[in-house]
Amino acid sequence: GSTLVIAAHNNERLFPITFNAIGAAQKIGGDVTCLVLGKGCGKVAEETSKIAGVKKILVADDNVFHGFLPEKVAPAVVAAQEQFNFTHIVAGGDAFGKGVIPRVGALLNTQPISDVTEIQSEDTFVRPIYAGNAIMTVRSLEKIKLMTIRPTCFEGAAPSGGSAETDKAPAGKSEGGDVSQFIEQKLTKSDRPELAGAKIVISGGRGMKNGENFKMLYDLADQMGAAVGASRAAVDAGFVPNDMQIGQTGKIVAPELYIAVGISGAIQHLAGMKDSKTIVAINKDPDAPIFQVADFGLVEDLFKVVPELTKLVTKK
Amino acid sequence: MSLRVLVGVKRVIDYAVKVRVRPDHKWVVTDGVKHSMNPFDEIAVEEAVRLKEKKVVAEIVAVSCGPPQAQETLRTALAMGADKAIHVEVPAKEAETLAPLHVANILAKIIQEEKIDLVILGKQAIDDDSNQTGQMVAGLLNWPQATFASEIVQDGDGLKVTREIDGGLEVVQVKLPAVVTTDLRLNQPRYATLPNIMKAKKKPIDKKTPADLGVDITPRQEIISVDEPPTRQAGAKVADVADLVQKLKEAGRI
Repeated sequence: GSTLVIAAHNNERLFPITFNAIGAAQKIGGDVTCLVLGKGCGKVAEETSKIAGVKKILVADDNVFHGFLPEKVAPAVVAAQEQFNFTHIVAGGDAFGKGVIPRVGALLNTQPISDVTEIQSEDTFVRPIYAGNAIMTVRSLEKIKLMTIRPTCFEGAAPSGGSAETDKAPAGKSEGGDVSQFIEQKLTKSDRPELAGAKIVISGGRGMKNGENFKMLYDLADQMGAAVGASRAAVDAGFVPNDMQIGQTGKIVAPELYIAVGISGAIQHLAGMKDSKTIVAINKDPDAPIFQVADFGLVEDLFKVVPELTKLVTKK
Repeated sequence: MSLRVLVGVKRVIDYAVKVRVRPDHKWVVTDGVKHSMNPFDEIAVEEAVRLKEKKVVAEIVAVSCGPPQAQETLRTALAMGADKAIHVEVPAKEAETLAPLHVANILAKIIQEEKIDLVILGKQAIDDDSNQTGQMVAGLLNWPQATFASEIVQDGDGLKVTREIDGGLEVVQVKLPAVVTTDLRLNQPRYATLPNIMKAKKKPIDKKTPADLGVDITPRQEIISVDEPPTRQAGAKVADVADLVQKLKEAGRI
């Protein structure tokens, strides 16, 4: 077998999810090739070539990849597939991978598998359905296995120790012309770690009452080196932006420590955090479902507890 | 502008229902369980209706692929403001293996027949959570795709779409025809009013089969098993913050 991994990056550095995707590719077995498409992505190509276990990298540094538009990326993936006949094509299940893999599937007349959490064999994969309330084991009947992987379920490949050969990626046929155009990105700026990779995540729910009160969580997070997330209820109520949402329709996290503050524990929220190693729940309602998954539950008013906790972890 | 819009609506187990795995471990229990329109599809219908209210859109065609009960979901779409509906009937048993690529091929065929300019679909269905159909329709037709939309604005002869991405937002410009998929913050779907529910009963629902459209729905994958997720044991309650910090230190977490 041979697997192509589509690198997710910002032309400056690889996104951590790419290391998880390479880790998943190594579990499939066979040679791993990485496709690096970008505009001014020389640094990323170099970074990718050093990853342990990557045999070859295919690089296309071209203006057409400005903004990583799926209309341009997908045909390039297809061109690489036509030249090298990979048995598997893997991308991380982030906004980029979710945008590209199904489009590649349509172009190759192949049904992809989303959000793979376990690789059982070269054609059999495990993935969650119904917001993680059921786990499906599925065998792909396709010649090419196309998939996105859930990053928290695969250990990342080591960033050094490899020396991949570099080749030019074949150009894709872009029939549509310039049907889409990248305008801009507005990324939330923060000194805190990213939600996806943070060792500690602190999340607020509807119990926070408003957006201003999230400052309490930011203060606590700064003392603990934690990232801050939110439940869908808090996002729906307009307290915080959607990119903070943890849950089935938001981000899936699995940190070492997850602290749920004022979160009741709706099914869709649990789907996004129940693989965390240790879960703490702070909620004044003793019957909140979040306590059913928490290792440590504290039935108390969060407005009293959070400042106390901040003080205690600061003293240390 | 007077665009013809197609919205996809899927009938799924209601989001508030706790799903259970079927005893044969091949799917989940659906009999006697409350079903509703996929929440992301409600957002898609709402957006189409709002674009019609802004005179950007002239006609809204709602499409659903699934068993006979999918007609209920189409009636809901019609009551929200869709003008007509197409039901592509797939028997319940076959619907279990109906994959996004099958649905995308069905939609692509209808899109061509109906001379559609804009396709609005939910970003994912909350049953199989695939998050693929919109991107696949766009790929099959070689149309631009703007996924995970939180804002759609008409801009010249195209659309400016704000997308929810990891770490923030992104803005893309797409020419028409195009496919857009909806994310949570795009809008708050309306409830159908009683007069509109009554009116919807008179709107037409066309019936077709995948075979009518020339689409083969042979399974693309085999379900080996469907299982309950591992359950997490609830731990203990702690007395106070000091106790919590103590326990977390013992566990090596802080």
